[in-house]
Parts: sequence; structure tokens; C-alpha cells
Amino acid sequence: MSEQIKHIKLPEGSIEKQTTTLNLGPTHPATHGVMQNILEMDGERVVSAEQTIGYIHRAFEKLAERRPLYQITPLTDRLNYCSSPLNNMGWHMTCEKLLKIQTPKRVDYLRVIIMELARIADHLICNSIVGVDSGALSVFLYVMQYRELIYEIYEEICGSRLTTNIGRIGGFERNFNNTAWTKLEKFLAEYPAVLREFEKLLQRNRIFMERTMGVGAISAERALNYGFTGPNLRAAGVDYDVRVHSPYSSYEDFSFEVPVGSTGDCYDRFLVRNQEMWQSMEIIKQAYQKIQEFKGADAEVYHADVPEYYLPEKKDVYTKMEALIWHFKIVMGETDIPKGEVYHSVEAANGELGFYLISDGGRTPYRLHFRRPCFIYYQAYSEITAGSMLSDAIITLSSLNLIAGELDA
Amino acid sequence: MELTNEYIKQRLADQFGDKVVNFEEPYGMFTFEAPKEDNLKVLQFLFDDEELQFRFLTDLCAVHYPDQEGRELAIVYHLHNLVKNVRIRFKVFTNIQEPDIFTATNIFSTANWMERETYDFFGVNFIGHPNLKRILNVDEMDYFPMRKEFPLEDQTRIDKDDEMFGRGGSII
Repeated sequence: MSEQIKHIKLPEGSIEKQTTTLNLGPTHPATHGVMQNILEMDGERVVSAEQTIGYIHRAFEKLAERRPLYQITPLTDRLNYCSSPLNNMGWHMTCEKLLKIQTPKRVDYLRVIIMELARIADHLICNSIVGVDSGALSVFLYVMQYRELIYEIYEEICGSRLTTNIGRIGGFERNFNNTAWTKLEKFLAEYPAVLREFEKLLQRNRIFMERTMGVGAISAERALNYGFTGPNLRAAGVDYDVRVHSPYSSYEDFSFEVPVGSTGDCYDRFLVRNQEMWQSMEIIKQAYQKIQEFKGADAEVYHADVPEYYLPEKKDVYTKMEALIWHFKIVMGETDIPKGEVYHSVEAANGELGFYLISDGGRTPYRLHFRRPCFIYYQAYSEITAGSMLSDAIITLSSLNLIAGELDA
Repeated sequence: MELTNEYIKQRLADQFGDKVVNFEEPYGMFTFEAPKEDNLKVLQFLFDDEELQFRFLTDLCAVHYPDQEGRELAIVYHLHNLVKNVRIRFKVFTNIQEPDIFTATNIFSTANWMERETYDFFGVNFIGHPNLKRILNVDEMDYFPMRKEFPLEDQTRIDKDDEMFGRGGSII
């Protein structure tokens, strides 16, 4: 008997193992990422699951100890790569908190737009993958074109699509151009109909409901004890949302609802994510409206005035001595960051993404720790799948929204 | 009643006397320290108390300070009272020769993997942990990579004759 299954209690008098060991992953189409589950199966029922993670561990925390702040942003891209802008913004805000930088309101609103778009893109993937795993492939392909549109908006702002490296400490690298706004308007106009149809296809679909209701359920108490955050916690009935509890980036200026579920099963998680997409749409609309209210010089503001950390414009670098000095100092990472210890968290698409940054006054962080939501809630997987069917365990896996990049850091 | 930092400090001082020390408020977050033998008592007190109710373990990680003799490793707990929405930070220091500390897994299920991660990278030995083994690194690894004695490679080194990676001997 192998090491892993020693904890399985065999019935009295049995002479051999009566369960089957099944390796789910690390490269399996249903795991949607590189992670392994060693399942002990009794027929088609899961007796226990043991997770092996770390297949794509890239030592981000160690790497961060040798990098100036702005070079850490690309590392955060690769945590939850389905919604990189959320991680980027979370990191910028952590730096701003440490450096005591106050961002202008317009920057906050622009950030809110990007963060909510990223949330929609992430929830869209997660929910449609739940559809795929329950046998409904068409919804996944159908909504992909709107994730594509979101990616095109990113592209207009930062030039890249998946690992975005969007924004800078203090604001954005450039103002949103007209194409970005046009595409955002297109998204706002067209997406509600798509989301409605997406819901129509799944929400009251008998097959989908049978496959997801009561599957992978967790109680509110256990979810809290397991450190669940984000939609997974809210599906269990706890209305904890970082955007409401500790507002950042002027979220207090927006009115939105925090949808909660009651049973904490896959179906509730699906519903909560869908409702959050509607709420995100509302937030984007409000932010867009607020941005249009800025007039004159205020309407052109897209970064805070922090020459120590925000790269000057290229034409100034060539013509002005001061700009050249700042440019050099920033690029070479020669600015000492103040001594301090700060924890900042944002509501990322799958939970509370926290950054614990300790600086000893040098040029790089002394220690940086990422609180990665899916690393924390994945450990509940074996508890919530014990006793379920194999196919239910697979739906639970995708419905928890596990992203291998975030799991392994 | 509002849960202010002064009030938490008062309650802790009443309960543990001189044992809880180093009260700070970096960037508004109440931070304090306790001896490593008492980490569970403090966590349990914060968990059980009807007013404090720090029942959500947000984060657990370690920090290595090689220069602080006798207290090289810090284990940092971030706790959250979700009802009153107050966060605090709790630190425990241990020496690096015997980095033994009691596990919090009986209070918080979520501490399981967080402690495994901390063990994996810093070698903190959590006494009583149900399954203390490496989680992100390979099992065969025989060192703790996040400790400061393992610096990352110097970006400017030129002694490597490694033309494939653009650091060829042509510099010399």
C-alpha cells in the first residue's frame, strides 16, 4: 500500500485494498491547469482526494526580493492569469499605500473600469467552463467572443492581452484612447443580451441544475474556517466583499449589490458569479458616467504626480535634464523605498488577493508575500468532494475557479 | 461597541500581561508580538472572546531576519474580525536553530496549507501539524529556499561562459 492511502480505513477482516487509486491530472483536460489529484475511488465514488500542487511554481516571492517595485508587476500578471489587471492594480495600490501616494479620482475610476472588466472576463471563463464540464460546450464558445472584446480593450490601453502589465504606480501608462472607449461602449451595449442568453441556456436548464445542485457544497462556517473568500464564500451565504469592507480605488463612490447564495454548492457559485457580472456591468456604467463628468484639464488626468516612481514622457526624457534623471533612476531601480510594513488586499475574481510587503528601506522589498485566494481554498477540495461521484468532483474543481498560476505562485 | 486598537491592546494586556509586547500600528493595522510558546493561547483567546472575535485567518507567512540573533524567523498571522471588520497582525519570533512552533490547524483549517508553505520555504517546524511536508517544492529538496542565505544570482556577474543566455565571455 502506498504512502498516500494509509489513512483509508479498510473494513474489518479485509485482506487487501478495496479502493482504486485514480490520478486526475497533472495534465488532464478536466483540471484546466497543472494540478494533480490522487483520488481514492470506491466504484465511481470518491473516498478521498489528495492534492499535489507546485507543478508551475516560479518562486515569485523570492524573485520579488531582487526587483524594484515596478518590475514586480509582471510577476503579478502570472498569478491569476485569467484576470491579470486585477492583480496588477492590487499591486500598484499596495505600492501606493506604502509610498503614501494619493491617486486622482479619475485614475481610480479608470481602474475600476479595468478591474470590473477583468472580473467579468474571469467569471465568464469560470462559469462557461462549469458548463463545459457538465456537457454544454456551446455556451463556452459563444461567450468567448466577449472575452475577446475585453482583451481588445486591454490591448488598446496597455498593448497586451493576457499578461497585461497594465497601469503603473500612480496611474496608467497612457490615457484611454477613443478606440478603447468605443469598444467599451460596444461591450456595454452588446454584452447584456449575451449574458442574458448565457443565463437562459444554463440557469434553469434541467440537466445543468441536476448536475450542479447539491454538488461540492460547503457550509458558511466551514468556508470561513477554510479561509474562503470571494464568490465561493458568498455562495455559502457570507456577504464578505473587500470592495465593500475595505474600499479601495474609490469603490465607496459606487452603488452596487453583493449577491450571496445559501447552500455553497456549484449551482450557487454559478449564480453568484452571474449576478456579479451584472453588478460589474452596473459599476462600469457608473464609472464611465463619472469619467465623462470631468471637464477641462481634469478630463486628461491619468496618473498621479509622482516623478520618483512614474516614468516621465519620452519626449521630456530627450529634452529635459530632470526627466532624464528620473527616467534613469526609475528604470535602473535606484530609488530607495521607505521603510514600512503594509498589507493591502483587493477583491480579485476568485477572492481576497492580499499583498504583504515589508520594506527595510532598500531598493527592493525585503519580503513580499502574496495571499493567493485559490491556494487557500483549494485545501477544502478533499472535504467537499468526499463521497461524491467522479464527474461531480470534476465540476467542483472547475466551479471553485482554480487557476494553477495563482495556486503555485 | 467599536473595536479600537487601544481596546484590543487593553484586552490583550489584561489577559497576557507583560507577555504581549511591541505594539505598533504600521499603516493603521494593529500589530503585536507574543512569545512563541503562547502563540496558540493568544490565537485561541482572540478567536473565542465574544468581543474580539478574530475568527478569520487571512494570511500566515514567515519572514527571515538573519541579523536578529535568537529571533531570526518571524511567523506573521493576519487575523480578521469579519463582524466588525477589523484586521490585526500578530507576530511570533523564533530562533533558527530550533524553529519549533505550535500549529494553528486545530483552530483554523486553513492554516494547514499555509503552514506547509511556511515550512516549505522557511523550515518552520509546526508541532502537531497533521501533514507537515513540502507543498510547492519537490520533496527531495534539502534546504529552505526563502531564507536569506540563498541570494538570487547577481544580474551583473560575468564569470559564466554562457553565450546561449546572452552573458557570454565577450564582455571580458
